[in-house]
Amino acid sequence: MSSTVEGALEKAATTVRKVRPTWPVVLLALAGVILLLALLRVITGADDVASSGTVRAAIRAALPIGLAGLGGLWAERSGVVNIGLEGMMIMGTFGAGWAGYQWGMWAGVAFALLFGALAGGVHAIATVGFGVDHIVSGVAINVIALGAAQYLAGLAFTGHPGGGPTQSPQVTPMSTFDVPGVADAAHSIAEKNWFFVSDLAGIVNGLTSRLTVLTLIGVLLFVLTWWVLWRTTFGLRVRSVGESPAAAESLGVSVYRYKYIAVIISGALAGLAGAYLVQDSTVYREGQTGGRGYIGLAAMIFGNWRPGGLAAGSGLFGYTDALRLRSGGESVHALLLLLAVLLVVFGLALFRKNRRQALVSAGAAVLLVVLFLVTDEIAGDFTGMTPYLTTLLVLALFSQRLRMPKADGQVYRKGSAG
Amino acid sequence: MTFDPRKAGLTLAAPLLAIVFAVLVTSIVLAAAGDPVGTVWQTIFTQPRPRNVVNIINAASVLYLSALAAAVGFRMNLFNIGVDGQYRIAAFAAAYVAGEAWMPGKLNVLFSILVAVVVGALWAGIAGLLKVTRGVSEVISTIMLNSIATALVAYFLRQVAEKGSNNIHTTTIPASSQLAGFKLVGDAPNAIYTLSVLAVLAGIFYWLLLNRTVFGFNLRATGMSESAAVASGVSVKKMVVVSMLISGGVAGLIGMPLLFGDAYNYGLTFQTGLGFAGIAVALLGRNHPVGIALAALLFAFLNEQSNSLQLKAGVSNDIVNIMQGVIVLSVVIAYEVVRRYNNAAEQRRVAAQLAASRQAEEVPA
Repeated sequence: MSSTVEGALEKAATTVRKVRPTWPVVLLALAGVILLLALLRVITGADDVASSGTVRAAIRAALPIGLAGLGGLWAERSGVVNIGLEGMMIMGTFGAGWAGYQWGMWAGVAFALLFGALAGGVHAIATVGFGVDHIVSGVAINVIALGAAQYLAGLAFTGHPGGGPTQSPQVTPMSTFDVPGVADAAHSIAEKNWFFVSDLAGIVNGLTSRLTVLTLIGVLLFVLTWWVLWRTTFGLRVRSVGESPAAAESLGVSVYRYKYIAVIISGALAGLAGAYLVQDSTVYREGQTGGRGYIGLAAMIFGNWRPGGLAAGSGLFGYTDALRLRSGGESVHALLLLLAVLLVVFGLALFRKNRRQALVSAGAAVLLVVLFLVTDEIAGDFTGMTPYLTTLLVLALFSQRLRMPKADGQVYRKGSAG
Repeated sequence: MTFDPRKAGLTLAAPLLAIVFAVLVTSIVLAAAGDPVGTVWQTIFTQPRPRNVVNIINAASVLYLSALAAAVGFRMNLFNIGVDGQYRIAAFAAAYVAGEAWMPGKLNVLFSILVAVVVGALWAGIAGLLKVTRGVSEVISTIMLNSIATALVAYFLRQVAEKGSNNIHTTTIPASSQLAGFKLVGDAPNAIYTLSVLAVLAGIFYWLLLNRTVFGFNLRATGMSESAAVASGVSVKKMVVVSMLISGGVAGLIGMPLLFGDAYNYGLTFQTGLGFAGIAVALLGRNHPVGIALAALLFAFLNEQSNSLQLKAGVSNDIVNIMQGVIVLSVVIAYEVVRRYNNAAEQRRVAAQLAASRQAEEVPA
């Protein structure tokens, strides 16, 4: 049974994407990006575009987005659009804050998973059980979760030391550690200021120092998701339910059950993303998620509904967010030049197929270069826009190459297979 | 379409059931948290005083505009989540223009409203264009545009505000352009916003547009079956852009009653979050102009009445958000259940008729 569905999936996949990225290609691309950043640093003098501090900040910014996106990935692979990620994440932050300050951060993580899964369960009941429009249910869950977190926070945190209706008492964060050997060596090379080599070492140092177990778990979850969804029977069934529920049902797969499981996992992952935010800032705070659930969804779409792509997408948003925090005006200003180069490349690639759009992107590149030359810095309010503008731009450039699960967002009634 | 009393009854039963269910869920939450359930409902369901009635009408008219903006898109399965950003950027632009007072008195008001509509439409149009030219989901792009609007407005606000002042806002609009409002409710000290009439006008416009124009027909057809609409010659791309423009234009109106009736400038304290509330109201009212009006009144009523919860019952008024969210979710579930029930009933009826006519045919043979 599984081979037929697998064959159909593979066929659908190959007709759309002609090139599957292989390891050498990915590594080359990574090296290319680092080279570009190194060049950018030398040309513009913006030291923070590739420093270890920026990389560390980027991971901190990227992980909650990535985990929320991973939640979106699970739901949408099973055919359920989950715009309620933001609300599930809010439930996660409350759970982590509430249990975290009383029994420690690990209890916080457990409750964040639980509360997120509960919200996911509500979404599953509404969309799968009752066949409500997925976006409608998601919007409602966002409203309920926000209200619930605010109401419960007022009850749970008022009167406790450091707590109040909008903030929990301090949560003791997890301890951090460096990867022995690698982090120090990378640090000393990064200090040497060698072109490219030091940039690479700075990035490695950022990736291997001051880590927490939660960060590692977050990264491992990407691998685990890939393995479960693409290498196990269970995952194949989840995906088959998202591609063609009628075909899956005719083969004996319980469509509802797999959708329920996937959406509940989705909620739990979004909750975990919330827990990560609490661990990072050591408190629950109202409005802490700041739309990261939505950005996670965008990162997942950018990543073509795949864990690797999602990791790249959330990394990009995390990176632009980190630049904003680390000497934002100067760094984002430097980014303009990089963007112009990318637009030119894009324009050239498009030139034969679509003259008009190639010209548009070339025009945008010229504008950016002019902007880069006439200004020294980007104003604070504008650097705040960087992650959102990047999201829009990236989606505008790449949306047409994307392929979402075929039955994504569609309501399926049991027995429709006939 | 013939009037079917049973069907109409079911349509009305769904929202009522949902409200009862929401009251139930909220009660359970309150009881579990150890809050006084009875006092809460007593506070919310007392008769509002005249002052509160005016507040409810004002809030409802604003919510109504917000919901209409979302509903235009919903009717063709276009999810404009960006009403929030559209109304804020439009309200800022209108407040700036009104403050500069390039035109005298009431003409200034009209001109500013026009500016708001155009700015709102253009901001929403970005998402429409991105969707039809580059295939970007409008859900994602409008959410991103919300955040970008926030940053843009913050930036421009700082540019136009008086330097050195803590209270950052646009120039206050001249007295000749401020609108006093209607004193309709007997002895209430406050007045209903003059520009609440915009809500009524927009409601009529929405109904006419959808039910009496070719565009409205095409819009509804696209929403019900895109492939059928395409087959009958509807340009879906054009529909997407135009409906986004209309949706954003209506969103531009949201801030107007408040701007000219109470706030008189756009500052950091200008009311936010109306866009998301509007989405919920539109869903509750099933995108129908009358349904939305009822839903807007209900939401405004709940918001206004819950203000005294903290004082009278010692309960945070955040509980109302839970209730509103549960109402929205349970109402769509209720509609879905009713729809399925109707479908099944219809099938049974047709089957019975068919069987009867077949029998009638077989008898003479």
